[in-house]
Amino acid sequence: MIDYATLRIIWWLLLGIIIIGFAVTDGFDLGVAILHPFVGRKDKERRIVINTVGPVWEGNQVWFILAGGATFAAWPYLYAISFSGFYLAMFLVLAGLILRPVSFKYRSKVSHPVWRTVWDWLLFLSGFIPTLIFGVAVGNVIQGVPFHFDETLRAFYTGSFIDLLNPFALLCGFLSICMFIMHGGLYLGIKTENPIRHRAIAFARVAAILVIILFLLGGWWVTTYMQGFAIKQIASHVGPSNPLYKQVITHVGAWIWNYDIHPYFLIAPIIGIVGALCALIFANVVSSRIAFVSSCISLIGIITTFGASIFPFILPSSTNPNESLTVWDASSSQFTLFIMLIATIIFIPIILAYTTWVYRVMRGKVTDDFINSNKSAY
Amino acid sequence: MNSAHTLLVDLSRVQFAMTALFHFLFVPLTLGLSAMLAIMESVYVMTGKEIWREITKFWGILFGINFAMGVATGITMEFQFGTNWAYYSQYVGDIFGAPLAVEGLMAFFLEATLIGIFFFGWNRLSKLSHLTVTWFIAIASNMSALWILIANGWMQHPVGSYFDFRTMRMEVKSFVDMFFNPVAQAKFVHTISAGYVTGALFVLGISSLYLLQKRHVEFAKRSIVVAAAFGLASALSVVVLGDESGYLTGVNQHMKIAAIEAMWNTEKPPASFTIFGIPNLKTHTTKYEVSIPYLLGLIATRSLNEPVLGINQLVDIAKKRIKNGIPAYIALKKLQKNPNDTSAQQTLKKHSNDLGYALLLKRFTNNPATATSQQIQQAADSTIPNVPVLFWAFRFMVGLGMFFIGLFTLALFFTTMRNFSQRWFLVLAVIAIPLPWIAAELGWIVAEYGRQPWVIDGVLPTFLGVSSTSTSQLITTVTGFAVFYTALAIVEIYLMVKYIRLGPVQETTRKEIT
Repeated sequence: MIDYATLRIIWWLLLGIIIIGFAVTDGFDLGVAILHPFVGRKDKERRIVINTVGPVWEGNQVWFILAGGATFAAWPYLYAISFSGFYLAMFLVLAGLILRPVSFKYRSKVSHPVWRTVWDWLLFLSGFIPTLIFGVAVGNVIQGVPFHFDETLRAFYTGSFIDLLNPFALLCGFLSICMFIMHGGLYLGIKTENPIRHRAIAFARVAAILVIILFLLGGWWVTTYMQGFAIKQIASHVGPSNPLYKQVITHVGAWIWNYDIHPYFLIAPIIGIVGALCALIFANVVSSRIAFVSSCISLIGIITTFGASIFPFILPSSTNPNESLTVWDASSSQFTLFIMLIATIIFIPIILAYTTWVYRVMRGKVTDDFINSNKSAY
Repeated sequence: MNSAHTLLVDLSRVQFAMTALFHFLFVPLTLGLSAMLAIMESVYVMTGKEIWREITKFWGILFGINFAMGVATGITMEFQFGTNWAYYSQYVGDIFGAPLAVEGLMAFFLEATLIGIFFFGWNRLSKLSHLTVTWFIAIASNMSALWILIANGWMQHPVGSYFDFRTMRMEVKSFVDMFFNPVAQAKFVHTISAGYVTGALFVLGISSLYLLQKRHVEFAKRSIVVAAAFGLASALSVVVLGDESGYLTGVNQHMKIAAIEAMWNTEKPPASFTIFGIPNLKTHTTKYEVSIPYLLGLIATRSLNEPVLGINQLVDIAKKRIKNGIPAYIALKKLQKNPNDTSAQQTLKKHSNDLGYALLLKRFTNNPATATSQQIQQAADSTIPNVPVLFWAFRFMVGLGMFFIGLFTLALFFTTMRNFSQRWFLVLAVIAIPLPWIAAELGWIVAEYGRQPWVIDGVLPTFLGVSSTSTSQLITTVTGFAVFYTALAIVEIYLMVKYIRLGPVQETTRKEIT
């Protein structure tokens, strides 16, 4: 079996990879859902926009579900405390994610304009709300979340829903929305023709500029004003997963200490910005493919920056920093991590293979013709 | 445990039951229809007859409407363990999380990725490739059920794991034991068969409706042939393998089977099976009993001389286990202060199988270490589930199971005779459409309500598994779910009815027009 500390690092990376998988695939679905009432003005145009993601969004969404399952299996404390702590926010996300498949499937099944308009705006919300909350959640994790344990390791969360909506978290929420609008807009750049394409790219460009601004603003805030966390002393990196046996210090700017220790971590924020910049520049070049890939790279960079900054923390506690969850004391057992790693090594390549096949089969632009010749079109 | 906590537990349970039962309205039809779509499309590819393609496409549309809701409500299930059962998630995540994650990796990913191609790929794929996609969807939805029931089977019969005091949770000893957990295997076969019955009766009923209305006759006749054969095989499998489940609960969950039977005291083996009776929870008696001698003993133990234990005897056993668990609880408290206390470690090891029973006391006292004999008695009594509910839910479920066997036998008989005009039978088939759902929901109630007071049998009582959220938050979400799900159910039924009314032929012409 692999060494426990290594397994923990691997599962920290895998969780990151799954979240990135979610962002680069389902991210454009969410972005398209947010954009569709604006880039599609007539009903037919909206149908075209929806059908660009119609055949693939369901598979993409599984990255999100897998992120939940993998967190449950590999980081049970994180799963338990973040989901129960962000209780009402999680339910808003759920409501959004429940509305989404229903809106996709049901919108075009009845032709009455009121029916369609209602579903259009529900679809918009089903993209907007979860995207906003994902960002808000990340923003709160960076600041630390108020929770502590009793001696039976039962966790108590002492914050409220309104507390989640603080200025820094909202900044992260808007960043997240801009990221997915950029991403979704560029996806539409590949999949649609003018005038929809034209409008989508315009949105994507504005979003790309905002992504750069908000990301830099967030970075400045974290560097100069925010309390970061660092481990002062921990018994072992291979010890049993019990978050009560360590000492943590907090210090303004501590979140950027990792970049002093490992300067190569700086690659993450750099490609986050450069990717968005390239997306902006190449948005209207030929098929927008280069721009879309740049957008993927930007998302990877931004998400990795978050992980790299707070490493080895995965959920810092603002009220009892010593009880924060870290990579070293919040995982599943060594055996579970090992078996799950084997399952992942077997299945992730298979998933990537058939997903690629589906995208190949469905390649090409979505046009009027596509809608007319597919009676199952959304 | 104070009353605020009781309310929190009750609301969490109400919400879980509500969302699980609602999710389970869509799951059986997905299981059944996906398998039938694969069969129908196979016939199309083998015979090359266009009508079979239309048949597959039509049932595919209804499948799609249902699938959307299944996915949507399934997401709630995946996240609700974390939001509402945080301590449970933490206590068993090391084991319970794994099958859920593997379900995503192995089954749901495949199903969800291919579903788009099923609908959009008719003109982009060769016949054989499209058929392969349909089969993979059917196989993947069955694999989903397998992993979910492995997770659920472990809650009913927690094998291959042990309690680790350092992390305060259950950890995995053997994934092989967990995978081959006999309870999980039996539940899997029973559940997917029930899904197939649901799918078959759905197709049978709607086709019968068309025959009654003299619409889409050729379409309906062909659909009925598939439904009748598939349905009878599945209905037999549900009942036979339901029996298998009964046998297994006999070994592993004595209390559940005693409660289903309302058998208060151990009978001289082999025990009789009560067909009718009015069980009374307070007096521990069942009035107006009508029973068949020997039957229960045979089902539950597969022998003539092994006794089936009665509720009162099982409570006595629970009492012994609670007393035996108290030293484990005391040792655990010591270890939380000093993890290196070796004598406490030894005590815990010796008594750790009964630690869960000592935790039952937490409902009646803050300190189980000093529990009085009255509190121990209360805790032992709390292991009795709601006998009348289980008694009746089980009987209705089994009755429906028998009815399905009869119905599909008749359907197969009439289709073999090429007789599609038995009006009374067609009417019966239409009326019967909702019954498999009722049976499935009752089955869920027997399995999960019958598991109470445990969330993990013998390991963790349900009331300890909840999150430390506030009741006001729970009231918000319970109400929210009730309103939201009701609205969705109305939309779903409206669309189903609309597309059933439109029917398959309309579908063809509609395509030709556009």
